[in-house]
Amino acid sequence: MASTLAPRPAPAATTEKELRAGRRPLLNRLLSRPELGSLIGAVAVFAVFFALAPTFRQGDSFATVLYAASVVGIMAVGVALLMIGGEFDLSAGVAVVTAALTAGMAGYYLNLNVWAAAGISLLVALAIGFANGAILVRTKLPSFLVTLSMFLMLQGLNIAVTKLVTGSVSGPNISDMDGYESARAVFASSVPVPVLGGVRITVIWWLVFVAAATWVLMRTRVGNWIFAVGGNAESARAVGVPVTRVKIGLFMTVGFFAWFSGMHLLTASGRQQSGEGVGMELLYIMAAVVGGCLLTGGFGSVIGAAIGAFIYGMTTMGIVYAGWDNNWVMFFVGAMLLLAVVVNAWVRRQASKR
Amino acid sequence: MTDTTPRSTADTEGAAGTAGAAGGGADAPLLELRGVGKSFGNIRALSGVDLRVGAGEVTCILGDNGAGKSTLIKILAGLHAPTAGSYRVDGEEVAFASPRDALDRGIATVYQDLAMVPLMPVWRNFFLGSEILRKVGPFSRLDVAAMRRITDEELKKMGIDLPDIDAPVANLSGGQKQVVAIARAVYFGARVLILDEPTAALGVKQSGVVLKYVSAAREAGLGVVFITHNPHHAYMVGDHFVILRLGETELDAPRAELTLGDLTHHMAGGAELDALEHELARSEGPDGGPAVPHPTAPADGPA
Repeated sequence: MASTLAPRPAPAATTEKELRAGRRPLLNRLLSRPELGSLIGAVAVFAVFFALAPTFRQGDSFATVLYAASVVGIMAVGVALLMIGGEFDLSAGVAVVTAALTAGMAGYYLNLNVWAAAGISLLVALAIGFANGAILVRTKLPSFLVTLSMFLMLQGLNIAVTKLVTGSVSGPNISDMDGYESARAVFASSVPVPVLGGVRITVIWWLVFVAAATWVLMRTRVGNWIFAVGGNAESARAVGVPVTRVKIGLFMTVGFFAWFSGMHLLTASGRQQSGEGVGMELLYIMAAVVGGCLLTGGFGSVIGAAIGAFIYGMTTMGIVYAGWDNNWVMFFVGAMLLLAVVVNAWVRRQASKR
Repeated sequence: MTDTTPRSTADTEGAAGTAGAAGGGADAPLLELRGVGKSFGNIRALSGVDLRVGAGEVTCILGDNGAGKSTLIKILAGLHAPTAGSYRVDGEEVAFASPRDALDRGIATVYQDLAMVPLMPVWRNFFLGSEILRKVGPFSRLDVAAMRRITDEELKKMGIDLPDIDAPVANLSGGQKQVVAIARAVYFGARVLILDEPTAALGVKQSGVVLKYVSAAREAGLGVVFITHNPHHAYMVGDHFVILRLGETELDAPRAELTLGDLTHHMAGGAELDALEHELARSEGPDGGPAVPHPTAPADGPA
């Protein structure tokens, strides 16, 4: 009997079966790219506003669109990575404001250079991310509950602590403090770009972050691990992936981007209002999901999230340029999200079908 | 995590060599259990189990649900420490603290869930946790080309030729997934493969695919522990058979002393024997000539 079980037999039936299961045509591979749906959506939205709103066609308007996209897009980089890693963060929106307030108050009341205050703020933002991640892996609660709690706590802290320290609901004005000008140059200046005119520096940073995060995700070991912990944490652990460290690291990455966005808010005006940021977390998640990230993790792309943010930027500004009532913005963003989710799911089903 | 990197690069050259050398030199069995028992509080899950696995040998462990198979796997894999008896590797007593320890001694367990991430490409799954890295200035990046090439080569060695190594693992058939998991374990230096019910969720044809690779692994000089509750599958590839019943060894015999009928008889136990003998009479026909693995029918009777 053993003689019939040769080491490497490949009878016709088996080979055929294997071939049939393995082959994926080019079109299918294209369809299974996470960002495809959002790319089509972006082209459609662009075409609509290009046709309807003459202002939309001007270079400096496009720069404004890019700015609106970058504000959401920078955070969407971190949120997309986290979502591919299988979690999401409802506290990301208010954490941005926490970072801005921390830097403002630390700089003003401790009389620090703005960069030193930014350092303190960075530590606080990373600590928030670490707390989210550590509580999550320790308690094994879903990230919805952990980060919802963090969201509510931070929302309360932002206003309560600001009132306690400054006596008002806005943080102190730091625009005349040491280091403010250089911080403003890094976080909130404008860069001249041909055709578009002045482009806000956040747009440049956004592109840099998207490129860096994409490289990490696709070409490094950590990236491999992010997909793995999101796709199947138990399997990942079984082959030696440090699941808890990856998850905590992802939450801290969101913390880093919250710090960066907070520094932008602060240095753009010199003063931070304490009640802002609520609701922004859902826009970040929206951008990531429109860009093809699965809510359940293990699948998605940072480029997709960037396209999602770009769609958001075009929609918010396009409606203004078209002269429509601004209140329609959220309706369209919501409709866009629904459409994107449905299309993404459909495309994935088509791609996995043979 | 840093320890995986040198291991994987070393294995790039040496994986096949290690397996071959182990097949030739060792006189002590690769893996041996003597009188192993395991109690959880006052519940005795396993007692007095002996097991020997030599290089180029397939030892089948059969047993009904609750017979102690999973406890035995967990002891072999290093997840549980036995509470009685001794566990030897290459004749040397070991006490594994984690599955990683067992892996370092060349004992790799392929679980039923296969420890794969369905949405990730085949090659990423193959190297998950043991990625090949290449330095780029201060950073290190994945050596994608090498990982893809090696994955393809290793799978071809096992007789699987995937047209698209980038396809997510979810697109593979059940049998192919098993084989990818086995190929991965072999590539990363396994000398003993512990296969936990690799054919349980598979159809007839797919089971056949897996059984062929079990046989291929034996030919390559690996020791295989094949856990199953299907005596037909076991008899097709096994050199030695151990039947567990309520945590104890009911039968421990080499292939020469057994027929498929004996094996099924032992698996079935006493009560339903008559009914099963009727079925056995039919299934022994095709098994005289080793053509097609008989589907699960008689073995599933008592389960």
